[in-house]
Parts: sequence; C-alpha cells; structure tokens
Amino acid sequence: MKKNILKNEGVQSLIASLICIVLGLLIGFIVLLFINPAGAFDAILAVIKNYFTYSRANLQLKNFGNTLVQTAPLLMCSLSILFCYKVGLFNIGCAGQYVVGACASIYGALALGLPWWAALLFAIVAGAIYGAVVGLLKAYCNVNEVISGIMLNWIGLYTTNMILSAVKEETSPYTLHLKDYAASSILPTLGLDKLFANNSYVSLSIPLAILVAIALKVILDQTKFGYELKATGFNKNAAKYAGMAEKRNIIVTLAIGGALAAAGGALFYLTDFEQWSVTASTVPGMGFNGIAAAFLGGLNPIGTIFSSYFIQHITRGGAFVDKTLYSAQISDLISAIIIYLCGFVGFLKLAMKKGIAAKEEKKNSTKGADA
Amino acid sequence: MLLLVQYTLIFASVLLLVALGGCFSEHSGVINLGLEGIMVIGALGGALMMRYLPADLPGIVTVLLVMIGAVIFGVVYSSLLAVACINFKADQTIVGTALNILGTALATVLVKAINMKANPDDVSSTIQYVVQKKKFIQYIGGFEFSWFLVVTIIALIVAFVVLYKTKFGLRMMACGEHPQAAASVGINVYKMRWAGVLISGVFASLGGISYIMAGVSEWKFENGVAGFGFLALAVMIFGQWKPFRIALAALLFGLFRALSNVYIGIGFLNSLNIPSTVYNMMPYIISLIVLAFTSKSSKAPKAEGIPYDKGQR
Repeated sequence: MKKNILKNEGVQSLIASLICIVLGLLIGFIVLLFINPAGAFDAILAVIKNYFTYSRANLQLKNFGNTLVQTAPLLMCSLSILFCYKVGLFNIGCAGQYVVGACASIYGALALGLPWWAALLFAIVAGAIYGAVVGLLKAYCNVNEVISGIMLNWIGLYTTNMILSAVKEETSPYTLHLKDYAASSILPTLGLDKLFANNSYVSLSIPLAILVAIALKVILDQTKFGYELKATGFNKNAAKYAGMAEKRNIIVTLAIGGALAAAGGALFYLTDFEQWSVTASTVPGMGFNGIAAAFLGGLNPIGTIFSSYFIQHITRGGAFVDKTLYSAQISDLISAIIIYLCGFVGFLKLAMKKGIAAKEEKKNSTKGADA
Repeated sequence: MLLLVQYTLIFASVLLLVALGGCFSEHSGVINLGLEGIMVIGALGGALMMRYLPADLPGIVTVLLVMIGAVIFGVVYSSLLAVACINFKADQTIVGTALNILGTALATVLVKAINMKANPDDVSSTIQYVVQKKKFIQYIGGFEFSWFLVVTIIALIVAFVVLYKTKFGLRMMACGEHPQAAASVGINVYKMRWAGVLISGVFASLGGISYIMAGVSEWKFENGVAGFGFLALAVMIFGQWKPFRIALAALLFGLFRALSNVYIGIGFLNSLNIPSTVYNMMPYIISLIVLAFTSKSSKAPKAEGIPYDKGQR
C-alpha cells in the first residue's frame, strides 16, 4: 500500500505552519480593510513583497542582505526559545538575554577594545550567566520561569541603558559607531558583502547562525546529552528516577538558552547595522518575535531557519506600507496573530491524524465488505 | 510624604485589580499570562470612550461609561484566551504570550489609524484624554485620590465574597484543584473556566485603564504596560492566591513602584544619590527576591495550567 504522505509528522507541521501564515495574513488584511478599505490590498502586498517593492535589482539585493542581517539574530533568539521549550521550559527571558548580549558586545567593543571574536565570547558568557539565573530560580526556588524571565528582561534593559551610557555619543542617546571607534570589533564579512551589492553589514553572522541551527538539530536528535534534556522536559520526575540530574539539566538548558540569545544580540550589534539607544524604554522585540519563529518553524531547528526569515521578511515589509494610511506596526500585528494561531497547531495536527484514521477505516471496511 | 502615599495607593490599586483578575483565572484552572495584553486592550476601550464622550457630561456618568468601555473591550479580548485554552486545549503559555504581543500591536495600529484619520499629520500613538481625566480625581482635604481606588476596594471585597462565600466561587475553585472530581458532581468545568477567564478580563481591563491614567501625560500605546501584568502575577503568588493577602502584597509592590516617581521629593533618599534607573528597576528586583522565597511553598491551584480533558481520570 502507498504510504500516505500526510502521515509524516514533518509534513503535518509544515501544513499547520502554512495554515497559520495564511490565516495570519488574512486576519491582518481584514484589520487593514477595517482601517481603510481603499489601500488595504496594496498594504498587505507591500508587507509580503518587502524589498521586492524596489524596482532596481541592486537595491533589491542590498535590502535582501539587510533582511538577512536581521534574520541572523532572530534565528538565534528563536533557537534559544526552541531549545528551552524542548526541555519543557518557556524561555521568555530570551528578550532580556538578547539585550544583555547586545550590552556586553557593545561595551566589550567600545570600552574594552576587544576584537570581534572576544566581544562575541564576552556576550555569550554574559548571556549564559543571565540565563542561568532563571534556571537557578526555577530549579531551587520553584519560580515560574516566565515571570522571572519577564522581570529579568526589564532589569536587563535598565542595566544596559546605564552601562552603555558610558560609551554613547555626546549629543545623542545612541552608542558610538563601531566603524569609527572600534573597527576591529566589526564582524568579518568573509567576502559575503560582494554577493549583496557591497552591503558591508552582510557578514559572518548569517552562516554562523545557520551552523548553530544545524548543530542544535544534531545535539537534540543524536546525542545522549540532548536525549537527557528532552527526557527532563517530558517528565521531570521520571528523568530524576532514571538517574538524570534534573536540576542541573534545567540550569544548563537555560544557560545555553541565554548564551544563544545573547549571541544573537552580539551578532546583530557587532555588524554596526544599528546603534543602541540608551533611552530605550521597551525591551527590543527580537526575543518576542523569536517565539513566533520557533513555533512557526514547527519547533524544528531547520524549520526555524525558514520561519525566522519569514518573520523578519514581513517585519521589514511593514516599513513599506503607505504611511499616510497605516502604521508600520501592522507587521507586528501579523506576527502576533501568527503566534496566537500557533497555539492551535496541536489541535490541527490531531484533526489531521483523526481525519486520516477515519479515511483508512472507511477504506478497510469497504474492502472487508468486498471480500 | 503624602505624595508617596498617593502614588503607592495608585500603583497598589492597579496591581491589586490585575492580580485579582489573575487570581480568578488561576482558581478556575487557567494560567492567564495574557493579563498584560488584556490591560492594554482594556485601557484602549476606556481611552476611546473618553475621547468620544462629550466633555460636558456629568462626572460620575463619564467615570462609569469609561469603566464599562474598558471592561467590554477587556472581556471580549480575554475570550480569545478562553476559547484557545479551554475549548482547543492550546498551550496556555503560548497563547498568553501571544495576547500580550497582540494587545500592544493591535492597540498601536488602531490608535494610530484613528489619529491619522482625524489629522493626517498626527502619527502619534496617544489618545487625548486630559480633560476627561479630571473627572476621576476626588479630594478629601489635601488628599487626592481617584475613583479607581474606590473601585479597587469594592473589587477586593467582592472578590473575597464571591470566591469564599458563594456556591459559584467554591465550585470554581474546585475546577482549579481537581476538575475531574468537580465534573463528577455535575459541575460544568468548561463553563466555570470560561467564567474565571472572563472575570479576569474584567479586573485586568479596569487595572489597565487605571494604569494609563496614573501617568502625568497621555499614555503612548506603543509602550504597553511595562511588565505590570507580570508584576501583578508576582503579587498574586506572593499573596498566595488569597484576596486580602494579595492586597497587602500589592501595597508593598506599589510602594516600591511609587518610590521611582517621588524619591526626589524625599530628602534622605535624594541625598543618597542613587541613579533613577535603580529606582526604576526596584519593583522587578523586589519581585524576583520575593518570588524566590515564596514560590517553594506554593499554594497554587493544583490543576492550573493543565487543559481539562473529560476522558482523563
């Protein structure tokens, strides 16, 4: 008998994600219609097209590069969420760990004069420690990781603003440009800039983030370490009974999650694409969008590469809507709707399984009647 | 010093309202992490009401209508959580988080659209309500307080009575402790959980509108509510899911939040020369410390966060 392709877990995830995307865009479109029916279609098209709005190939390529530069940190954040989620932990503190990574890398570059690799390492260590705090609180004090994560997000933001005030421009709230003050700390481009119409921001960060995704896939699926972590996620007590150090696993997981998110922060700010504003009053959305990307990617590191790109693509696409009619936040709205819909993925998959089972039963019963 | 008391009461009442909301939801068995988003949407409902109501309406009517506007928005929004988590058994953490992000994004998009329609050059995310806001302020002697304080005190008493003295409240709490047992004696667990979540929508939206009106200037919807929904959850845990204990916890947290607003006016604190950022961080740091000490012996409802499945034993 031919194997039903719909039975494949991966295919089911893909279908569920596509349904979420289509519904998310559709609901976003309805909101646009509600605000102003005349330009709604153009606006949703602009969000989907992003840099394809430009007619010149050169500009398209350059902005494709910019989208990728922002995809790399998003991918790291979503990997952080994904990795912790596999162990049964919801690392919403990812947003703050990203901020800590940004802080450590910028401070390392501008104040300590570290080369790029050292600044990156500095950020990773800082993020791991910051993530471990959530883990320690969870493992030893039973503090819900979501609440402590949110608290640490705000603490991280305020601390970062305080620390980075030391390396900001005199007349603005922004930190100094790396290319003027710490050129050696900018990530090497590896010649990738040539591929994207000399976009100097396109650098090591993109291949590195993809490599990390692949490495995580291998660790989670192929190693004893990954197996232990996942077992802890499935059933903490069973893992403990089987001789796994469940407390240690929780702390290690969140430390790795913190390191991943912080590396994301470093990989973004060490490209000098953007400067940190020390008057920032909200935690950057990168960590929260990471949640969307992680779930949209079917909680699979490889799937996450594509979903991160998609989320970043529509986020940047928001900048292209007609500003006299709509605001750019429409893309945040769409990704938020997508996260909401991802909550229904379990139900969708179950419905698919039930549907297939019902069909097969029907087939079998008619076969039986023939014989 | 009077100013400190005033601000403490303002922030404590916001935290108490939202924490009571969380308390109802959790007692029915649903963890409501979307409180923050419900606050924003509730605030939006109230602010829109203030914008469109005529300014010459009597004060008390305005106050009531604004609260009703907030509550309607908040309840409708919280039903998004209820339908996903109760009927579709979705992961409560994901859906709650989605509601938080969605709340801020939706409010910003809508407010900007309204502002741009009125005046194409106005791309701000604020709603003008300064004139209407004065109707909420009352004075007893030199002491200034808002109608929200009165509402909060009523809410506290109502919450206590409903939870512990009525059949409805006790049944609801049973659904949060052992839903299968509750169902076996004929309680409709789905209905009770819906009720819990919708009530949390009522309280959280009132908290939201009172939060944005606590500020001196108009609130930017882009900013959300700065983690207040989660601070309220910390208050709720510290209060061990019991209304009056939650009230005490809210006062403590409110005090620390108020310090960042008024520390300059308090002689000895000002002379310490601590940067204002440290005061801003204070409520979050305190809540972490408090959680670290109180979470171990948690009196959380036993079935919270677990979707109810009829077939399970």
